[in-house]
Amino acid sequence: MIKLEHINKFFGDLHVLKDVNLHVKAGEKMVIVGPSGSGKSTTVRCMNYLEVPTSGKVIIDGEEMTARNHIKLVRRTTSMVFQQFNLYPHLDVMRNLTLAPVKLHGVPLKEAQEVAMHYLNVVGLADKAHVYPTTLSGGQQQRIAIARALCAKTKIILFDEPTSALDPETIQEVLDVMVKLAEESNITMVIVTHEMGFARQVADRIVFMEDGMIIEEGTPEHFFNHPDNERVQQFLGKILRH
Amino acid sequence: MATLISLDAWLKVWTYKSTFLLGFLTTLETALFAVLLSLCLGLIFGLMSTSGKTVLQGLARIYVEFIQNTPLLLQICFLYYAMSFSGHSIGIITSGIISIGVYHGAYMAEVIRAGIQSIPRGQFEAASSQGFNYLSTMYYIILPQSVKIILPPMVNQVVNLIKNTSCLYIIGGSDLISITYSFVTGANTGGAHGPAYLVSGILFFLICFPLSMLASTWENNLKRRERLTFKKNADPATEDA
Repeated sequence: MIKLEHINKFFGDLHVLKDVNLHVKAGEKMVIVGPSGSGKSTTVRCMNYLEVPTSGKVIIDGEEMTARNHIKLVRRTTSMVFQQFNLYPHLDVMRNLTLAPVKLHGVPLKEAQEVAMHYLNVVGLADKAHVYPTTLSGGQQQRIAIARALCAKTKIILFDEPTSALDPETIQEVLDVMVKLAEESNITMVIVTHEMGFARQVADRIVFMEDGMIIEEGTPEHFFNHPDNERVQQFLGKILRH
Repeated sequence: MATLISLDAWLKVWTYKSTFLLGFLTTLETALFAVLLSLCLGLIFGLMSTSGKTVLQGLARIYVEFIQNTPLLLQICFLYYAMSFSGHSIGIITSGIISIGVYHGAYMAEVIRAGIQSIPRGQFEAASSQGFNYLSTMYYIILPQSVKIILPPMVNQVVNLIKNTSCLYIIGGSDLISITYSFVTGANTGGAHGPAYLVSGILFFLICFPLSMLASTWENNLKRRERLTFKKNADPATEDA
């Protein structure tokens, strides 16, 4: 479903991705973890052209992403949930959810609204259809953002640290929605997160990145219980101690 | 000063009131079309300078810098006389509309560029991640949000533009300023400087002042609304503490 082949990315002189190779299978729930600045977000952002790799290939759904086709390819295949939600503040929740389906996918408004209501129910916020995003809490905004991603009905949803900007008490409601999604849908999910419990629960495969490289990948069982790499052991030691 | 209290002088102006009115209408007409032109140019070049395309950005930069760093009077003279002497005379009003429109278009472009750039990056990224292209991102997502930031300085530009129609004088226009000047220096009408310039100024004021007020009211409303939003967002934090 998603293939990264020999991806290198430079920000000026900074080499943030070093020959990254990754293959996400259809329906797979992949979690990417690692210390800050390890290139996790950049890796995910390469998958929908928010970052353009300096070299290497991104292949989505069998098609190589290029400067020429990326808009249509992304529109057709991927959605994204951001750390800062990035809902459109000038539109109410319903119009946040229906804008892309109506304007980009040619879905009739009425149908788009029905779909939006369906996904608002999925994330448990059907009563918020006609309020503006800024009146909602962070957790609610992020659930709306997930509903917005679902409304596009793409096969892939990318999550870029979806709970990192949330107050502790609202993290769980967002994770609950994502767990439900992971268990009940066959959407391909790529999730960058620091939530280890969540990673263990939903991941088919966990990828550990450090310093722009993938240094460990495997099932949650393998990753948490007997990781090969010493650096991963240190990381888990720090993060799981408390 | 003497003419200010001379009934004769005031009567002279009153007799020629239709001349002033005609000049006023010419000024308004020029201003209206110049505003439309400057808005179009401002939008096009404002979008170009935020497009991320080096060539488009470069062109927009050249336009803005070149126009903003040469006098409007020079641009008007250049357009009018250069065209006239090369046998393509386009008339005084048209020259005025084009040069004033182009001049303020450069400022409008900067106003629009600043408005677009004030929108958080995340909005562009969200739009891009959904598959909106550049123009549809601007149309559906960015411009509706930046319009409230753009409007106050834009209205100020309109006010400046209206006042700058006085530059038509240099190419022999029939706008309000030119008419007033001809009036006070005319063989039959000369001498009524005080009343003539006062009337002319009042006419400008009548148009420009409401616009300026509109701009500042807009700005204040905007600031008040932002304070309210900020307060609302800040509230939960205070509860936490």
